[in-house]
Amino acid sequence: MIKKLNARNIDAKECFYGHKACGGCGESLALRLALKVLGEEAYLSLPAGCMAAVSFIYPNMAFKNNAVITPFASTAAVATGIAAGLEALGKEAPLSVGFAGDGGTADIGIQSLSGAIDRGEKFIYICTDNEAYMNTGIQKSGLTPFGAATTTTPAGKAIHGCVTEKKNMFEIAAAHGISYAATASIGYPEDFLNKVQKAKECDGPAYIHIYTPCPTGWGHGSEITVDLAKEVVDTGLWFLAEYENGEFRLNKKPENFKPVADHLKRQARFRHLSEIEITQIEEMRDRKWEKMLKNWG
Amino acid sequence: MSEFAFLNGNEAVAWGVRLSRPHVIAAYPITPQTKAVEKLSSFVQNGEMDCKYLHVESEHSAMACSIGSSSVGARTFTATSSQGLLYMSEGLPYASGARLPIVMMNANRSIATPWNIYGDQMDAMHVLNSGWVQLFVEDAQEALDMVIQSFKLAENHDILTPVMINVDGFVLTHTYEKVEIPGQELVDSFLPAIEKAPHLMNDQDPMSLCISAGNQHYMEFKIKQHRDMFKVFEQLESIDRDFEKSFGRSHGGAAAGYRNEDADVILVTTGSVTGTARVVVDSLREQGIKAGLVKLRLLRPFPSDDLFELIGKAGAVGILDKNISFGFEGTVYTNVNSSLLQKGYRGRTFNFIAGLGGRDITKENIEEMFSALLEQKGETVQYFNMGCAL
Amino acid sequence: MKDFKMSPRPLWKSLSDVPMGSSCSSFHICDTNAAWRVFRPVMDYSLCIGCHQCYLLCPDGAIHKEDAKVFRIDYDFCKGCGICANQCKPGAISMVKEDQV
Ligand SMILES: Cc1ncc(C[n+]2csc(CCOP(=O)(O)OP(=O)(O)O)c2C)c(N)n1
Ligand code: SF4
Ligand code: SF4
Ligand code: SF4
Ligand SMILES: [Mg+2]
Repeated sequence: MIKKLNARNIDAKECFYGHKACGGCGESLALRLALKVLGEEAYLSLPAGCMAAVSFIYPNMAFKNNAVITPFASTAAVATGIAAGLEALGKEAPLSVGFAGDGGTADIGIQSLSGAIDRGEKFIYICTDNEAYMNTGIQKSGLTPFGAATTTTPAGKAIHGCVTEKKNMFEIAAAHGISYAATASIGYPEDFLNKVQKAKECDGPAYIHIYTPCPTGWGHGSEITVDLAKEVVDTGLWFLAEYENGEFRLNKKPENFKPVADHLKRQARFRHLSEIEITQIEEMRDRKWEKMLKNWG
Repeated sequence: MSEFAFLNGNEAVAWGVRLSRPHVIAAYPITPQTKAVEKLSSFVQNGEMDCKYLHVESEHSAMACSIGSSSVGARTFTATSSQGLLYMSEGLPYASGARLPIVMMNANRSIATPWNIYGDQMDAMHVLNSGWVQLFVEDAQEALDMVIQSFKLAENHDILTPVMINVDGFVLTHTYEKVEIPGQELVDSFLPAIEKAPHLMNDQDPMSLCISAGNQHYMEFKIKQHRDMFKVFEQLESIDRDFEKSFGRSHGGAAAGYRNEDADVILVTTGSVTGTARVVVDSLREQGIKAGLVKLRLLRPFPSDDLFELIGKAGAVGILDKNISFGFEGTVYTNVNSSLLQKGYRGRTFNFIAGLGGRDITKENIEEMFSALLEQKGETVQYFNMGCAL
Repeated sequence: MKDFKMSPRPLWKSLSDVPMGSSCSSFHICDTNAAWRVFRPVMDYSLCIGCHQCYLLCPDGAIHKEDAKVFRIDYDFCKGCGICANQCKPGAISMVKEDQV
């Protein structure tokens, strides 16, 4: 039996320190927590994006681990190259992990991620989703939600923010028949820790998609990053699920959803939304849940 | 024990790779490189090579996987051509900036559009500034031998620079020649296991790679890389001398002259066309014309000193380019002309553009080039074997 | 727990001092982040119930667990984001303006 991880029994050592992320950055918390489980032996690949930009600014290197910035599109390719190299050099059970943003995953990196999952070699891919291209100044990505204002989908007079919904990246990863996939949120940190542990233990490729608020890009106070990440699950706008042995499973089925409007209004990116648009968001949520409950319930 | 076989250029490269015992190969198929990667995969699938072959989904990932495996110290090979080289081009300066000793075959081919699968050197010129050693070979034997030499060069701790071996598409990749395949033991003693460079990732002293450096640091990183590149000349020569001792064959250094010493006119070539040009030089010599040839083996680093020494005394020099930098001239010409000028060369220089998209470069064409040189007639930039008037 | 020694900023006299490749030792840290802070989290140990939440949720790992009950803030690297104070149920952490500390 693998020991369940919690705040008390995780490794007290920090492998990610002194980075230059904004105060209250959700992505940096996800990386820090993941490394508590992955340990200092893991080889890390990070593409262009906030986490690479804040962790490797010569002469300040924020990772304890071996780590590399990859070309933006190439997280999974570099990570599997590292795994292949280490294995060919005779290292036993090498652990190679990619951490990429939503843009680096669902847009420019989706091809190399698909190729790498398809090759079936063991590696872990963690997508830290802050729902926009933050490092270049908050532009829309394929994971920007409906209604969100970004610098390329501003709340204009004619069009009020992003008109598309999030890509189903978790389902896309799972559809490869991947060994393990999960969604998570830094609002449920212990759930995340244990999912990382599962990914570490599994034999083939593993994908974890974690929701990570960004105070700078979303326009919220830095102290409520974790609150928002919990609320988003409680409102049903994000979900905690796993894909294992070919089956989907919902980890949390809320009886009642918390009100969406209050949650959205805490973030500047949604403040322009009309009541009708907020109702539209609730309808999208309900459709998604209907499907998830029917298919994975 | 070495053996002789009839191999095309692709197969010769594949044999060179096999004998070099890489840990990882990551490659994606593209004409005219396909036979090389097919051969390598069959070596792996038959258990004749102990190596991880990564079936990547694109050239971009072929280079990215190579960057990954090379950054942990694994000997790594990839191969591509044309559109594939351009597609992976983001990764090229990435790898050289990180000082990763990756070796790659590039089967030289034209660039779309129009689409065309045949050989010219437009692809290599696109990435001339990528920080890779750019080597051009003349025949299948040189291709095989240079794979082995290139690993030794790239992995040398003073060099630590990736090497691109340019092999002319079809003319070399698909033409069969008698090739000597050296014995594995001999290759093993010439090219021992890779010695991991200290700046790469390792368990004892974890490293951060491909980092960012601000304007107060970036320039020194790049100038160091630039200065180190010049060390290639000496290393290549010394590697070739050792190679000759082990294998009884030499391919020379950065540039090689042929009947150039007393030549009035000299043609500068890269790659397979050198063979044709050599035949023309011989026949001109028989007619009493003092024609000579210089084969450029390295375009990066660029052997300015060698060139001036080989060419300096000739009255006119022509540079054959199988590429154009649109709105200017052939790229080899730009390089040769600039370096000769720096050295104080006083003769005239001509640029002969030929062979684009696999257009033949005939003996007659090369004779015409020499007569342009002898008479010093015509424009500086001239086109050969055109099907219509300009 | 942070687990490195601060490194001096490298001084380059010649190119031979410049690192090979675009590389640097990992956990090579020269600069602190203390100057980023506007508010400083201050712990009242008498109110702390040892729930571990502040330690778990600090994005900078700046709250060190000394033993199961003692948590200490590394003010060299705390950015003053306020997550710890916001998550501390018993209210053992308060955010105090830096110039009023
Ligand atoms: C090939 C390429 N295209 C574009 C960029 C510019 N770029 C760097 S980071 C980035 C956005 C990253 O967004 P995301 O992956 O969501 O990560 P985040 O910054 O939000 O953490 C972009 C567009 C790049 N570095 N490389
Ligand atoms: S912009 Fe957002 S994602 Fe980027 S470092 Fe700041 S808080 Fe983190
Ligand atoms: S969150 Fe508050 S109560 Fe819990 S350990 Fe931290 S200071 Fe103590
Ligand atoms: S204020 Fe933020 S950075 Fe400082 S200790 Fe608390 S959570 Fe960490
Ligand atoms: Mg993002």
